[in-house]
Amino acid sequence: MIDLSSALHLAASEATLAVGALVLLMVGAFAGDKSTRLVSLLSVLLLIAGAVIAITGPWGQAFNGAYVADPLAIYGKSVIYLSAAVAIILGDGWMRRTRIAKTEYPILIVLAAVGMGMMASSGDLISMYVGIELHSLALYVLAAFHRDDAKASEAGLKYFVLGALSSGLLLYGASLIYGFAGSMRFQDIAAFAVDNPGPGLIFGLVFLICGLAFKVSAAPFHMWTPDVYEGAPTPVVALFATAPKMAAMVLIARALEGGFGEAHAQWSQVLVAISLVSFAVGAFGGLAQKDIQRLLAYSSIANIGYALLGLAAGTSAGLQAMLIFMTLYVIDQIGFFAILLSLSRSGRPIRRIQDLAGLKKDRPLTAVALTVLSLSVLGMPPMSGFWAKYYVFGAAANAGLWIVAAIGLVASVVAFYYLRIIKLMWFDAPADEIATDKAPAEAQWIGWAAAAFSFPLVLGALAWLEPVTKAAAAGFGNG
Amino acid sequence: MVVGLQHYLAVAAILFTIGVFGIFVNRKNVIIILMSIELILLAVNINFVAFSTYLNEVSGQIMAMFVLTVAAAEAAVGLAILVTFFRNRGDIAVDDASVMKG
Repeated sequence: MIDLSSALHLAASEATLAVGALVLLMVGAFAGDKSTRLVSLLSVLLLIAGAVIAITGPWGQAFNGAYVADPLAIYGKSVIYLSAAVAIILGDGWMRRTRIAKTEYPILIVLAAVGMGMMASSGDLISMYVGIELHSLALYVLAAFHRDDAKASEAGLKYFVLGALSSGLLLYGASLIYGFAGSMRFQDIAAFAVDNPGPGLIFGLVFLICGLAFKVSAAPFHMWTPDVYEGAPTPVVALFATAPKMAAMVLIARALEGGFGEAHAQWSQVLVAISLVSFAVGAFGGLAQKDIQRLLAYSSIANIGYALLGLAAGTSAGLQAMLIFMTLYVIDQIGFFAILLSLSRSGRPIRRIQDLAGLKKDRPLTAVALTVLSLSVLGMPPMSGFWAKYYVFGAAANAGLWIVAAIGLVASVVAFYYLRIIKLMWFDAPADEIATDKAPAEAQWIGWAAAAFSFPLVLGALAWLEPVTKAAAAGFGNG
Repeated sequence: MVVGLQHYLAVAAILFTIGVFGIFVNRKNVIIILMSIELILLAVNINFVAFSTYLNEVSGQIMAMFVLTVAAAEAAVGLAILVTFFRNRGDIAVDDASVMKG
């Protein structure tokens, strides 16, 4: 037992964000929508402060083990908070251009970030559920943020219904696990599962995995993803594709390796099955898409399959591979969406893949950036996506999942739809002669920076990323 | 007959199944989906409280409190989204939510 003040010191990053969000809500309520810019700026600073507090803060467990601050949580949180901050920067300009700027947008993202931080730090079933709901409730609203848009409200509705269903599945699993293991804490559950992972516990575990697979949009629980990606406002989708995925992956690692480390044989089969289906759905589903954001939805389904494959290995190297994969993937996705946000023709955003035709003429640098990012997501060496998959396949093969790794390799080749984007940009003539508009500076620079990271900066960054993620994976549970 | 743990679990499992089917089978109204979600959460609550009493351990009842709170918040958010949906469409039939397909 530790006293309250040191417990709160451990949870300082979430506490700061939560209090900060309430203060900003007051600012927004009194100053109105003209303060949107100020609130966005403060939210970004708040999220960066949250990341710094998490990184410099102490390690340990608080609230009877419900809250864990170990290297894995801290690493996950810093990626989550920083990518959420980028989503605010991207969204602020876009919302103003679309004339739907409201102070609630950055505040909702900060509130979602609190929940995602809780997910990364959860040490028992209660904090897991509360973290998931904290971030989900904010994300439901964000999906329907463009409230005069029929597609956005439909996306919000679908996301809400399926998200609530997945929470229900997850909770039912949690109740069974609690009942059969006799405790909410992952540590106690793990200790119980060593001797007798009976059918009740395994049943609960399967429900839990189904609920979590919904949250990371892994097939066969992916049906909400394409619609939400297509309908929700683009900067919100940029958030969906990055921070919540990272948070849910860290949470899956916590729940499965922390809570069921000894029952690895049972859950690794389920994860392998989910990742195989995700490869197939992601690779083949993306081929026929016309909408860029729908295409990116299928791409994210396939990529979550790779991240889950790293976890299925069940080793420390697998955990490290998942962290590296998700980090590089998050940066790639931010780049994709930033470039998408920077492109428009006579005020209308580019939505169809066909609209990218002939981009090299009026926006050569952006075309180069998009080419690098596409090749990277495809897994072409030496871009960052290649290294991400390299670690995952290495960890999976070492854990005896040779065949799955080989199928994953084939699936990443099947997903050649990125090549279509490249062909359109460089070799096809534009459909209409309308030039693209002047790009908003922030989206363009973020997109270029992410592309520059994918290649060549990643080669230098890996030398730093590798030991950091290794330490994070090794420090798992050493709170 | 003594009402034991397994009876509570059976009731909860039945309610949970009804809730899940209510979401998938129902083709009429989104409000029914919201009711089904509530049903799922309440079924889970029965599970938690039954296990908590059976195990003589309080954390299950604490969880039930959290679930109730979250269910209320979720209903509020869900209805708010439903209102924006209705404003854009003038209808809340489930089959109507199909602008996007693929």
